[in-house]
Amino acid sequence: MTRAEKAALFRKLAGERILVKDGPYGSMIQTYKLDEDGYRNGRSFNMDQKGNNDLLNLTRPDIVGEICQAYIDAGADLLATNSFNANRISLADYGIQTMAYEIAKASARVIRERCDAATAANPAKPRFVVGALGPTNKTLSISPDVNNPGYRAVSFDEMRDTYREQIDGLLDGGADFIVVETVFDSLNAKAALVACSEAGEARGEDIPVMCSFTLTDMAGRNLSGQTVEAFWNSVRHAKPLTMGMNCSFGATELHPYVGDIQSRADTLICVYPNAGLPNDMGAYDEPPEMTGQLVGVWARNGWINVVGGCCGTTPAHIAAIAKAVAGVAPREIPKLGARLRLAGMEAASF
Amino acid sequence: MTQQAVATFANVGERTNVTGSAAFKKLILAGDYAKAVEVARQQVEAGAQIIDVNMDEGLLDAEKAMETFLKLIAAEPDISRVPVMIDSSKWSVIEAGLKCVAGKPIVNSISLKEGEAPFLEQAKKVRRYGAAVVVMAFDEKGQADTAKRKVEICERAYKLLVEKAGVPPEDIIFDPNIFAVATGIEEHDNYGVDFIEATKEIKRRCPHVHISGGVSNLSFSFRGNEPVRRAMHSVFLYHAIKAGMDMGIVNAGQLDVYDAIPAELREACEDVILNRRKDSTERLLALAPKYKKTGEVADAADLEWRTWPVTKRLEHALVKGIDQFVVEDTEQARLAAARPIEVIEGPLMDGMNVVGDLFGAGKMFLPQVVKSARVMKKAVAHLIPYIEAEKTAESKAKGKIVMATVKGDVHDIGKNIVGVVLQCNNFEVIDLGVMVPVQDILKAANENKADIVGLSGLITPSLDEMVTVAEEMKRLGMKIPLLIGGATTSKTHTALRIAPRYDGPTVHVLDASRAVGVCSQLLSETQAQGFEADVRKEYERIRVERAGGAKDNLVALAEARANGLKLDWKAYAPPKPKFLGVRGFEDYPLDELVERIDWTPFFRAWELAGVFPAILEDKVVGESARHLYDDARRMLDRIVKEKWLVAKAAVGFWPCKRIGDDVAIYADEDRVEEISRFHFLRQQIGKRADRPNMCLADFVSPDADYIGGFAVTAGHDIEAHLARFKAAHDDYSDILLKALADRLAEAFAERMHERVRKKLWGYAADENLSNADLIAEKYRGIRPAPGYPACPDHSQKPELFRLLDAHGRARMSLTESFAMLPTASVSGYYFAHPQAAYFGVAKIGKDQVVEFAHRRGVDVAQAEKWLRPNLGYEA
Repeated sequence: MTRAEKAALFRKLAGERILVKDGPYGSMIQTYKLDEDGYRNGRSFNMDQKGNNDLLNLTRPDIVGEICQAYIDAGADLLATNSFNANRISLADYGIQTMAYEIAKASARVIRERCDAATAANPAKPRFVVGALGPTNKTLSISPDVNNPGYRAVSFDEMRDTYREQIDGLLDGGADFIVVETVFDSLNAKAALVACSEAGEARGEDIPVMCSFTLTDMAGRNLSGQTVEAFWNSVRHAKPLTMGMNCSFGATELHPYVGDIQSRADTLICVYPNAGLPNDMGAYDEPPEMTGQLVGVWARNGWINVVGGCCGTTPAHIAAIAKAVAGVAPREIPKLGARLRLAGMEAASF
Repeated sequence: MTQQAVATFANVGERTNVTGSAAFKKLILAGDYAKAVEVARQQVEAGAQIIDVNMDEGLLDAEKAMETFLKLIAAEPDISRVPVMIDSSKWSVIEAGLKCVAGKPIVNSISLKEGEAPFLEQAKKVRRYGAAVVVMAFDEKGQADTAKRKVEICERAYKLLVEKAGVPPEDIIFDPNIFAVATGIEEHDNYGVDFIEATKEIKRRCPHVHISGGVSNLSFSFRGNEPVRRAMHSVFLYHAIKAGMDMGIVNAGQLDVYDAIPAELREACEDVILNRRKDSTERLLALAPKYKKTGEVADAADLEWRTWPVTKRLEHALVKGIDQFVVEDTEQARLAAARPIEVIEGPLMDGMNVVGDLFGAGKMFLPQVVKSARVMKKAVAHLIPYIEAEKTAESKAKGKIVMATVKGDVHDIGKNIVGVVLQCNNFEVIDLGVMVPVQDILKAANENKADIVGLSGLITPSLDEMVTVAEEMKRLGMKIPLLIGGATTSKTHTALRIAPRYDGPTVHVLDASRAVGVCSQLLSETQAQGFEADVRKEYERIRVERAGGAKDNLVALAEARANGLKLDWKAYAPPKPKFLGVRGFEDYPLDELVERIDWTPFFRAWELAGVFPAILEDKVVGESARHLYDDARRMLDRIVKEKWLVAKAAVGFWPCKRIGDDVAIYADEDRVEEISRFHFLRQQIGKRADRPNMCLADFVSPDADYIGGFAVTAGHDIEAHLARFKAAHDDYSDILLKALADRLAEAFAERMHERVRKKLWGYAADENLSNADLIAEKYRGIRPAPGYPACPDHSQKPELFRLLDAHGRARMSLTESFAMLPTASVSGYYFAHPQAAYFGVAKIGKDQVVEFAHRRGVDVAQAEKWLRPNLGYEA
């Protein structure tokens, strides 16, 4: 199947039932309590690698595969790659920026294998692989120098090229789709979308892309100051397979924003919230049943097509989510009138 | 429903354009970007919905200048909230700009000037970057001047863009070229008409596109005569917009109202623009000097409404909330009417209907509606003596509503707002005030033959009182609708506890804006049945869901206690307060409190959603919020200067010891003679590993510690002013003053807590926090209030008040439901431990309630009544 056909199949299934996305890798990896040697697994590096979860795609694909399998077993239809930071800019923190392509490719390969096996075992429930692009650790919209608001630590072209390399790795490793997730800076996301469009052009195919915004304050904006609706206006040209939100807060806090965006976006809605708000120790303690209950409300409201978990969620949360949305009809995609929908930090329609 | 304004005409700010503004060019050439950014800000403040940025100047590195400027305005939220139009004749400059903009901008412009291939290539890139695009009516042969050429080129471009480049039609904006008219050259005379006609035809042939243009080109020959230029622009836009123009590059701050332009000038402009007569240019030139210097075009508009017919004036005064002339206008209307009642039923109700419609459509907000009501009340007050003298039947209202804040509760801001909004919508409201016993409510409902009873309350014990009212209404066989509202009420509580106790329709009303719809439907002959059935069905669903849904997962009290917060008391030396016992604060200076006010809840009280100060710039409610804020600051100045309110406080610290979930209070440091005891509640919600089940007592050492208490008020002497406002029929000021007193009381609690931390208890002497940090509670120690989530039991207040001697020292008292008097008051405990934090007790189990009853020395039924909202079981 081509990627366009995969996207068509995904859309068809999402029209029949609410699809389930997986949960995060970081917190699951922590449970393996790896030390420096554990991360390296016999390979040598100039800098310490402990905490470099993206490296594990190369050194411990067995762990990544196990976590993926746990999400598959929990009922996830859509499995993301463990590649949030598998890009040149973020990997520079570990001194291995030149390995970005290799890591991205490996991250897709391991998920591809698990998903293909699961699909073969149960063809009635095909699993999809989505290559995950994080926001990187630099921002195109905000100056890191308070005395020089016009300064930027990175240029649009560098960001675009960084994403292009990661996207090529993910696609070569077998990803069906790309997700631009945890978008705290909308301009970073736009660089990713340009890279995706250029990668598609080079390959002679359309790359289905998912967009996932993250709120950084309770006023409903991301770090660069955009509202959810403004972000949607800013990415709608890429004809995203899904639009939605992840991370940010728990489902309780996201509730009004999900209700809002689902009425405005004429594509599938995909939301994967955190397990509530972190407690004062920085840990998440919303029990799986609670997360299930909260997203179950969205499902019954007819608000969502795809739902999963972000920080603090576990395979048990994903299973609870799958259970909560089973049998509930998915959201119908609204038809929007023809209007010039522009955006600054806020949306403006004419 | 979306609050996003959908404008019919988009103003594009033109001043950040080096080709159009000499001043801006000078700033950019001098590298003074800070001032250049201010130009952009002024544009947005003046109403520009999009800002055009152009750096096409031979002496500039235009790409660099475009990048620098766009990155700088990206850091200014009040500028970057609007979309940008990236304006250049060079593609490289446009692409540089596209790489700096996070939103969805407009590219201005591309054209067929160089042929189809480059046009399509640029269109594809525009699409990839996700921008909309302005297409100039320009092709290989040149710029289009006649209507025919304009239409031809635009239609050709439309087909290419939509069919070959995949551009959605709604993202295309055509600029069919606005050229200067009245230049003295005959060939130019028809340019205005050409644009207008082309606009009409392009809109017909190319569905969904937009039409834009640079309006100031039009009046180029009248440079130096701003009033005439403005008049020309307004007249041109008036006609072009009718033809379908929906976007324009204009100086947003400088457009006149078409109707407000003096007739002779307007006509002369019209002749020129519509090319209506041969000598139109000469005639406008002859007229121009007369208008050159005057600002009268604008001034005339301000008071022009005073020349309108009296009915229109009344409507205007109501919609704008202007009470200055209302008595004289009402008198004039009365003299003209056959009977005084006709003034109310005619122009006044018509005006209020306009207000009601605007409010319903989200175009007007609560503060403005309340101001309109003030105008209405003044007009009605003027008429009433005449109506009574005539002794006719009263005006027929849509329905009669008896409203009250229930017994034991003193809060009425929300109820008063609902009353005003209902009156605006022609309901008769009989407001019984606060602390109204059930018998009085029922008596008033019967005597007045009320159609609806509305109950309000803010504190949790009021919920029980509402149940009592419902039960009494049932006992008396009443069937009229019962409305429930107020901060602690909820649809769930209404469905679960109140509706089943009454036979008539029982409806929870979330806020004032819903009240009119609910009352109208309940009293409508055609809709009432359906509406009641819908509500009953929904409440039944809530009850079923509650009964069948997941039960709160509570753990046994013993288990919760074993999982309590364990602080290391060995490593902790409790800081000793600077004094022990109680200290009173008489007549605390109000000006010290003003700067501590947290404004966000103030706006929430007026149903304006948003965070202060951003709310003042909010696109939807900003204007309304600014006016309200101005009025509030003005009143606040008077409150302080003229001492309208008196603030008092009592603060105390006592040696204590934690005993289980209680804190024992001692007479002195020996900690032998126990003088009181605070009883706290513990969370029983099931927790994941390493998360404790919290109780306030956990923050107190079991060996030797200190605890504080406080009661502050900013509400003394308020009655005289409220009476004054009532007499003047001024609900707006009445509500405003109460809301401000509440804010001052909160600010007082915040200020006092700061003094406690720094001085009176003194454990954080070197704390240095901004007001924002204070509001964000970034300090050590907490001040939880009885009745709030960490200690939800209101019934602890009497003991706290007794210890503080709150009555003697601050003249504060409590109602039977433990509401504080004066209303604008706050009371609570002080905990100093660095790990003390706010939390919510939430649902508790029967085991804790039984034990709590024992600790308090009351029977279980009494404890259940006090703790009703927290009971995790059916009592």
